[in-house]
Amino acid sequence: MNENKVIEVSKLTKKFGNFTAVDHISFDVRKGEIFGFLGANGAGKTTAMQMLCGISKPTSGKGTVAGFDILKENEKIKHNIGYMSQKFSLYEDLKVWENIRLFGGIYGMKENEINEKTDELLYRLKFEKERDTMVKSLPLGWKQKLAFSVAIFHTPQIVFLDEPTGGVDPAMRRQFWEMIYEASDQGITVFVTTHYMDEAEYCNRVSIMVDGRIDALDTPINLKEMYLAQSMDEVFRKLARKATRVEN
Amino acid sequence: MQQKLKMILVKNLHKTYGKVTALNNLSFTVNDGEIFGVIGPDGSGKTSLFRILASVLLPNSGSAEMNGLSVSKDFKKIRNIIGYMPGRFSLYQDLSVEENLKFFATIFSTTIEENYHLIKDIYQQIEPFKKRRAGALSGGMKQKLALSCALIHKPEVLILDEPTTGVDPVSRKEFWDMLKRLKSEGITILVSTAYMDEAGLCDRIALMREGNFIATDTPQNIINSYNETLLAVQTENMSASLSDLRNHPKVKTCFAFGNQHHITVHADLSISDLQHYLNEKGYSTVEIKAIEPTVEDCFMALTNNP
Repeated sequence: MNENKVIEVSKLTKKFGNFTAVDHISFDVRKGEIFGFLGANGAGKTTAMQMLCGISKPTSGKGTVAGFDILKENEKIKHNIGYMSQKFSLYEDLKVWENIRLFGGIYGMKENEINEKTDELLYRLKFEKERDTMVKSLPLGWKQKLAFSVAIFHTPQIVFLDEPTGGVDPAMRRQFWEMIYEASDQGITVFVTTHYMDEAEYCNRVSIMVDGRIDALDTPINLKEMYLAQSMDEVFRKLARKATRVEN
Repeated sequence: MQQKLKMILVKNLHKTYGKVTALNNLSFTVNDGEIFGVIGPDGSGKTSLFRILASVLLPNSGSAEMNGLSVSKDFKKIRNIIGYMPGRFSLYQDLSVEENLKFFATIFSTTIEENYHLIKDIYQQIEPFKKRRAGALSGGMKQKLALSCALIHKPEVLILDEPTTGVDPVSRKEFWDMLKRLKSEGITILVSTAYMDEAGLCDRIALMREGNFIATDTPQNIINSYNETLLAVQTENMSASLSDLRNHPKVKTCFAFGNQHHITVHADLSISDLQHYLNEKGYSTVEIKAIEPTVEDCFMALTNNP
C-alpha cells in the first residue's frame, strides 16, 4: 500500500440484477484528508460506502481500505474503521459509559485501555456528569458529539460519517465540524456524506456521484472554478441535473 | 375588505412528556392559503405540534382550531379537511403503490380520478411502479407516494412534517416547487424543516427552539430585525482564522459558513482594524465585508442570547 493512501479503489462496481448501482468508480483518499462524498438520493453513495466498509461485496473491481483488500479482508477492514450515521450510532437504552464500553469492546480494545480513555474522553467533552446518563435523555447535539467520539474511540485509520449532521441545530452543526477538523489533525481520515452544501466547502476534496459514477472529484475551489460556480451548491446542481437514471 | 381568514388558530398550546416540556404555551395563527414553515432543529417540538394539529395527539392544555374546528373535539371532521404526512413513512408497506392510494381515497369516500389533477405531477413520477409494494420503494418515491396519499381527498390544510429531511438539494428544490403549485390550488400548507435555507420559500416562518417560537414573521422581516453587526471573512487559512477571530476581544461570535466565516462584532470595530489584526497574525489574503444575515444567522443570534 502507498503509505499516504488510506483508500484506494479501482473500477469498483456493484450490480443488483440488471441494475448497476455503482459503476466503475476509481479514486483514492489520502491520510488525514477530509473527503466529502456527495451525490443525489439514489446516485449510489450508500452502496459505494457499504463496499468500502466491508459489508457489501463488489461485483467487480478492486481496492484497499486501511491497507486491507476489499475483496478478501473485509473483516480486517471493519476493525480498522469507525462508522457513524445519523440513523444509527449509539444505543439509546444504555448509559453513556456503557456505550463507550460496548463499542470499545467490539473493536477489540483492552479493558484497562477502555477505562483510561473513557475518563479522558468524558473529561475532554466536559461530559463527566453524564457518565451514568441514559443516552436517550441526552440532547441531540450531545448525542452527535458522543457518537462521533465513540466512532473514533479505537483510533481507526478512517472514519465513515453518513449524514452525521442532519437535523442538528446550526451552532451544534458547526461545533461538530470543528471535531471533524480535530480528528483530521490527529491523522484520522474522514470520509463524509452530507446534504448541506456549505459543509462540502469544509472538505479538503469532494467527489460527486451521478448515476453510479463519480462525475467530479477535486478541491471545492477547483470544482467551483471548473463549473463556473459561486458555491458548491451551484456545482452540485449543475452536476446532479445531468442524472438520467430514474430513482428506483 | 374582509380580513384574511385564519385557517389555523393556536392558543396556549402546552404539551409535556413527564418532565420534558415539548410545547411551551404556544400561540400562533396561519392564514388561509399561506405556506407557513416551522423551522428548528430536531427535538425542538415540531413533531409534537404537528401531531396535535393533525388530531393524533392531545395537548395537556390550550386549544387549536383548523378552519373553526377544534382538533380535540371535532377530530372526525378535522381529519376530512387535513392531509397529514408524518416524518416517518407510515403507509402500508405490504400494499402496492396503487393500493395505498386507492385505500386512502376510499376511506375519504372519494376516488383517485376525482382529485387526480391535484396529485398528477407527483404521482406520474411513481406511476410506472404502481404495482410495486410500498415497502420496496426508495426513499424519494416513498415520499412522493406519501404526499399523493395525503392529497387524494383534496384537503384544505396540508401538514408536512419534515418532508425534505435526508433529501438531496436538487430533489428538495423540486419538492418545494411542488408545494408552490399546491399553494396556487388554494391549499394552506404547514411544513416543518431543519434546513434553514428553506425558510425563504415560505410566506411566513416560525423559528422554533425548545418548545417555543423564538420568532414568527415573514423571512424578510426576520432578517430585517437582526440587530447584530455581521461581517463575512475570508483568509487563506480558514480553519486557523476561526480561532484567531474568536480570540479578538471585539468579536462576539464566529462561525464557519461555507467558504466564509460569519462573525458578529461590537459596533465600534471597523473593518480596517480587523483587517490589520489579521495581517498582524500573519494572514496575507484577507477579505472582509459587511453582509446581510441569512435566516440561519438570525436563528443563531436568537439562540445565542440567553
